[in-house]
Amino acid sequence: MSVVEALSRTRGGKRLHWTDYAAYGYLVLGVFLMFGPVVWLALSSFKTQASLLEFPPTLLPMSQKEAVVSGYDKPLPLFTVTLPDGSKKLMGQVRRVGLQAQMVDPNAPDKPINVAIGQRQPIRELAFATSNYTDPLRQFAFTRYLGNSVFVTIVATIITLLINSMAAFALSIYEFPGRNAAMVGIIGTLMIPITVILVPVYLVVTSLGLINSLWAVILPGAATPTGVFLLRQYMMTLPRDLIEAARMDKASEWQIYARIVLPLSLPALAVLAIFSVMWRWNEFLWPLAVLTKSESYTLQIGLNAFQGELQVQWQYLLAMTVLTLIPVSLVFVFLQRFITTGIANTGLK
Amino acid sequence: MAAASDHQSLDPASGLTSGLWSALVRLIDVPMRGVQALIGQRNMPYMFLLPNLAFFGLFVFVPLVIDVWFSVTGGSALFLGQRPYVGNQQYGYLFDCGSYLNPSSCREDHFWRGVQNTLVFTFFQVTMMVLFSLLTALVLNMKIRGRGFFRAVFFFPVLLSPVVVALIWKWILQRDGLLNAGLTSLGGQKILFFVDPSWAMFWAIFVSIWAHMGFYTLILLAGLQAIPADLYEAAEMDATPVSRVLWRITLPLLWPNLLVVLVLSLIKAVQTFDEVFVLTGGGPGSATLLIVQYIYETAFANQVQNFGLASAASVVLGVVLFVLTLIQLALTQRSKNA
Repeated sequence: MSVVEALSRTRGGKRLHWTDYAAYGYLVLGVFLMFGPVVWLALSSFKTQASLLEFPPTLLPMSQKEAVVSGYDKPLPLFTVTLPDGSKKLMGQVRRVGLQAQMVDPNAPDKPINVAIGQRQPIRELAFATSNYTDPLRQFAFTRYLGNSVFVTIVATIITLLINSMAAFALSIYEFPGRNAAMVGIIGTLMIPITVILVPVYLVVTSLGLINSLWAVILPGAATPTGVFLLRQYMMTLPRDLIEAARMDKASEWQIYARIVLPLSLPALAVLAIFSVMWRWNEFLWPLAVLTKSESYTLQIGLNAFQGELQVQWQYLLAMTVLTLIPVSLVFVFLQRFITTGIANTGLK
Repeated sequence: MAAASDHQSLDPASGLTSGLWSALVRLIDVPMRGVQALIGQRNMPYMFLLPNLAFFGLFVFVPLVIDVWFSVTGGSALFLGQRPYVGNQQYGYLFDCGSYLNPSSCREDHFWRGVQNTLVFTFFQVTMMVLFSLLTALVLNMKIRGRGFFRAVFFFPVLLSPVVVALIWKWILQRDGLLNAGLTSLGGQKILFFVDPSWAMFWAIFVSIWAHMGFYTLILLAGLQAIPADLYEAAEMDATPVSRVLWRITLPLLWPNLLVVLVLSLIKAVQTFDEVFVLTGGGPGSATLLIVQYIYETAFANQVQNFGLASAASVVLGVVLFVLTLIQLALTQRSKNA
């Protein structure tokens, strides 16, 4: 059996149709296009400032090999030098003056020779510039931005879960006058995204004295129609007998909510929690409008400010971008299934 | 998941959280019983609705009213009492144009450039994205090895933040970036993508599609999987050609989902801001300035904060979105009934 034949067998034993080949081709191209840029970012983030400026760029983070030569304080960059007699030799460069370079043999450090710069080739090795990651932690407010983002994400998610589950509980368990009006009102908020009410929400937040506070980022998006409906859909499927039985036992309505309905709704709450974490971690326009002091920046706003500077320090920017996408990638790896079923069921992001 | 509610859970961490939770529940139960005694069990649902509705009221409905109020007042003060009533002057400024086709002839030329750019952006972004999402969903719906993996790959960028998305592509598209390296190695010239207006718009659209198509692919895939398999089996027995199956079975049955995706992506595209703002900053000049960026800059980023004009523009945007959302709800309702 030939290789092509082996590879083109399907589980059903049938041969592949031409459409299958086209499909695999499309998907492989898709993998390159969708993952490639992220991989390129991650690889670039380990390059030194000097190798980031190289053109054409190398695929892997490479930097010049250096060696300590006795008699010199600093490690010398290593080159392969083509000597006048045609032989090649490994040498360290002491200094470069114009088109000439003073080179020294590491084994005979007391006899430097002059070489034309065209006669030497740098020796490069794979090296990961981890300082791109460690420097920003010390020099910039990166940890502060990170802390702010974590705080906003966690607190906002807790508030979102609490108030939306309470509303969903009311709308799914009870029949009461005004229920439909409340539902229409909540659906109505879908039509009023933050882009439309940017200025007046800013006024409300200012009136509450929250400008430049993280609460200004947390509060306006805490109630979400998506959350209410996701939870309500789930709570409607819970058995009513449980609730009736609890009432017989003199449970208060609050206890019914907190002790019965909420624990039973954990799967739906988990989906909403994942969504909320993603929304909050990635939120941009509103924090950009409301956070004007750098000490209250979230990661996204901090990154944007950093990339807008006149001299973009790409080596740090790339590393911080990688750090910013790590939590989301972890969510992706472990919880992707919840998100995809959540989207497929509600059609909402 | 359900284990957390299980009181016999052996996990000490979940034991601790559930212990804390029940203590908290008991603590809150005291005032809650008081409230219940006061207003009666019948009225308790209002109590549960209250926090959520208070948030919606404070941060959605009240702002909506203020938005309109802002748009008919002038000056640069933020607080309503200090803003003089100017009637429809702000709207007059926005629509004061020599010719609507030529933004330079308008009093608020940036607004009209924003409108024009948003129309171009939305048209190409939505059509190309729906097309590619459909193609990807069709491919992923085939009997293919590693389908879960491929589906995840296309979905991955959806989770990335717009800032991260923009920075990833900015790094690739910059003057000495990967793409220009590829171009020069093929014997071409370097292109300054963010200096050329057409290229900047092209990449704004491309990057936006790259970031969002996974989401729509997922919705369409769910729609495809809901099509009864026996239809395909019957077609296979009759040896129906692939193209005929596509036109006669798949696309007609997918049509309701396709419409929803179309309108949903339209609503999102009109409001695009984040990734394009970080990628191009609206430039070169105002070549990729979209309407939301105009609103943001008019209100917050310009030297003179013009809240009135920004509100007037956002009311206009709001009306457009309102119409689009009504269409979406009608379509969703119809596809549910069908």
